[in-house]
Amino acid sequence: MGPIIKLILLNVVTYLILKFVLPNVPGSAPLPASLIFLYLLLTTSGFLILATVSAESKEEFWGPIQRFLVGDGIGGLQALRWVVLILFPLLVGWQTYNSTAVSDAPPGENRTIHPAPPGEYAGLSNPVPKTPETIQQGKGFYAAFCSPCHGGNFDGKGSAARGFNPPPANFADPTTIAMLQESYLFWRIKKGGVGLPIEGMPWKSAMPRWELELPDEWIWKIIMGEYDGAHQSPRTWE
Amino acid sequence: MGYQGGWIQRLLRSGSGHGGTLLGFAIAAGLLSLPALVFGADVAPAAPTEYRDIPYVGSRNVIWVVAQLHLLLAGFVLGVPMFAWVCEVVAWRGGEKRYDKLAKEFTKLLTSAYSTTALFGGILLFLLIAFYPKLMNYLTDIFFPSFIVYCILFLVETATLYLYWYGWDAMQYGGKKTFHIFLGLMLNVFAFFIMIIPNSWATFQSSPVVIAEGTDMARAWAATWNPTWWPVNIHRIIANVVLGGYICGAYAGIRYLSAKTPEERDHYDWMGYVGNFIGVFGLLALPFAGYWLMREIYQYNQQMGITLMGGFLSWLFILQAMLIGVLFLGSNYYFWLGITYRIPGSALKYRKPMLAMLVVLLLCLAVWMTPHSLVASLEEAAKMGGSHHPLLGVLGVMSAKMTVSNLMILVTFMSFIMYWRAGKQDTAGWAKIAKAIMGAILVLAGVAVIILGVWGYFVPAIIRINYFSTSQVLIVIGVMLTITPLTALLMKSAKTTTEMAWGKMPPRAGYSLVLNAIMVILLMTLMGYARSSSRVHWHVYGVVRDTSQYAFSPALGYASGIMALCTFFFCMIVAFIFWVATMGDKAKAVSASPSKGELPHGMPAMAGASSALDAPKAPKF
Repeated sequence: MGPIIKLILLNVVTYLILKFVLPNVPGSAPLPASLIFLYLLLTTSGFLILATVSAESKEEFWGPIQRFLVGDGIGGLQALRWVVLILFPLLVGWQTYNSTAVSDAPPGENRTIHPAPPGEYAGLSNPVPKTPETIQQGKGFYAAFCSPCHGGNFDGKGSAARGFNPPPANFADPTTIAMLQESYLFWRIKKGGVGLPIEGMPWKSAMPRWELELPDEWIWKIIMGEYDGAHQSPRTWE
Repeated sequence: MGYQGGWIQRLLRSGSGHGGTLLGFAIAAGLLSLPALVFGADVAPAAPTEYRDIPYVGSRNVIWVVAQLHLLLAGFVLGVPMFAWVCEVVAWRGGEKRYDKLAKEFTKLLTSAYSTTALFGGILLFLLIAFYPKLMNYLTDIFFPSFIVYCILFLVETATLYLYWYGWDAMQYGGKKTFHIFLGLMLNVFAFFIMIIPNSWATFQSSPVVIAEGTDMARAWAATWNPTWWPVNIHRIIANVVLGGYICGAYAGIRYLSAKTPEERDHYDWMGYVGNFIGVFGLLALPFAGYWLMREIYQYNQQMGITLMGGFLSWLFILQAMLIGVLFLGSNYYFWLGITYRIPGSALKYRKPMLAMLVVLLLCLAVWMTPHSLVASLEEAAKMGGSHHPLLGVLGVMSAKMTVSNLMILVTFMSFIMYWRAGKQDTAGWAKIAKAIMGAILVLAGVAVIILGVWGYFVPAIIRINYFSTSQVLIVIGVMLTITPLTALLMKSAKTTTEMAWGKMPPRAGYSLVLNAIMVILLMTLMGYARSSSRVHWHVYGVVRDTSQYAFSPALGYASGIMALCTFFFCMIVAFIFWVATMGDKAKAVSASPSKGELPHGMPAMAGASSALDAPKAPKF
């Protein structure tokens, strides 16, 4: 099997895995095209590196391509060569047109999930002492106000969660609240979705602005309850 | 243009008709100087000027480009003396004259670049004073004492560089050589301080420490010792070595591609190897320094940390991953090309290890380049349940990034070790045991790094940052510190089976050196934008607010355009500097070349040095 066929096969197999196998792994979801493209780019780059690392492998890979393109000793493939030489620029032109033409498709979503908090929240620390009682109170408040969306198991699967897109945050996921300081959560709970900066796309969040309903002390207790219930710890520097 | 010229001439003629050539000249001069008025266009008569602008281009863009060019030039000028001096010491202690020649060649590039760096520094200073008088007044008030120290250091550095460069041939032997080595050392010491003083001004803007009371010196000292000063100092020292190494590598690559004699090919092939080695040497340590810097920024201010790592600037780190990935791949590719072309007969022998290393590098790169928030269409986002993939999203956080960067460092280090060992046969009786130990160390280290990376998801962030990530770094350093001396010991008694043949690399080796240099320059422009933009709408974070029309962060696409422009300008400047620096050599070569009609001994190789070597049959040596 020639290296060109190997390259094509490698990309096809990689694509099939990314498109059809990986999404069906339990807990997974379909991959966006941008990520599939990125991985295919890496696969192709890797192949090209290996194919050109020695004179022999380079000749094996590039030699036939070069001979075909310059029409050197390709016999009956001359017609195919002309087809490729005409079609390839047209294909590039078509692709360029497609990627620059005005389209009615909505732009790709590029939402920042954890945008930077306003300066006044950055230095805050939880004023409520961390005791079993306050944590329990926080869990109680959480059950009353947060669990319908974020779930009784803190996993983002509350009874109302299915109605939202994007879904409520999963606190048990180690890449959500475990990455953040308590003051960050205080800001998010207090100001809600409408308080997000533009890169966080405030129009995409249904999180209520809880400062209208809850006193600050309750919010701080909810934060403690959330971390404890989700078995996570806030980011600290000590 | 023709119309405008006629208009000016008519104006001058009208003046002379009334006996006033001088008057006409004065009017024309006044009209021609009209554009200068824009500098004061938004000035209120009573209040002091806070900002000035330049039409069409914008003052911020001008400062951005000039500052970035100055920084890149400074990085080169401060990085090169370090390894030039090391090369000179190697030649001095080991007696290999080619290292002395190499050190001199590095220094030749340095002398030409030094004045250009100073020139851009001067332009930057004038522009800052002109465009940002309020900010400069504030900074001058705080840092005045360090300005004085900086000026003195600059004088001393210049004098030392002149002595070091012009005294090279005169101070070759005996005590004079020792003195020359001492000069090289002092050059680096002064260069270090020249770097850290402006670093204090720039880092103060990001993490200011302002004290209201005390002497000028006390205020300046407090402002200098700000939280990000040392992390930036360390990060920049290493980055300067990387930049200097790869640029010297690119210089060697271009000279190699245009080499006309076998001697030139040999020399520039070797110089390219040394440049790439220096770049890789620095690159292995750079992610550690970068991690420490980001940690300090995050700890200093959560807002700034999230703006960089999780907020709108986080996409820059995906771009950074791509650039670093290309750099790692490019450097390893160059090592592998070196094995297959410089050591005949080794292509087949090392193909499998190369494949294994390549696969690990690509897998690591795939993880590093996977963002936490993905770019997805509305439909794709709906299927994923947001812009965060439920399975691959875990690869988007620091624990995964830190793990794969350590693994890539390990692989690159092993690539170098493989290159070192290629073409040699161990003769020591304990070689088998040593190799088994080295293999075990490597495998255990890789497994430990991965375990710590996975475990990092299940512990509090502070444990991961302070202990796990640090342990990963220490493990990798430990591997290097164990395997390097063991290999050196093995190599001492090893038998050379195939001599290293310099000057046999294919053209793509030269191009990969150039590509690596461009990647580093792009990386530095990218991180320059990240560092400046992390201050958002502040000149001095939380202290002096930006009240100009440019008090917003430019969009990433726009910023990428400026970064590309800076990279292009810098490459042009460096090409010009190198052209000037080598002009004398070319003139000498012409005068020493054979007379007309006599063929030169070297075979001219058009932009490819030894493209014939790409033929499947390797030539005999």
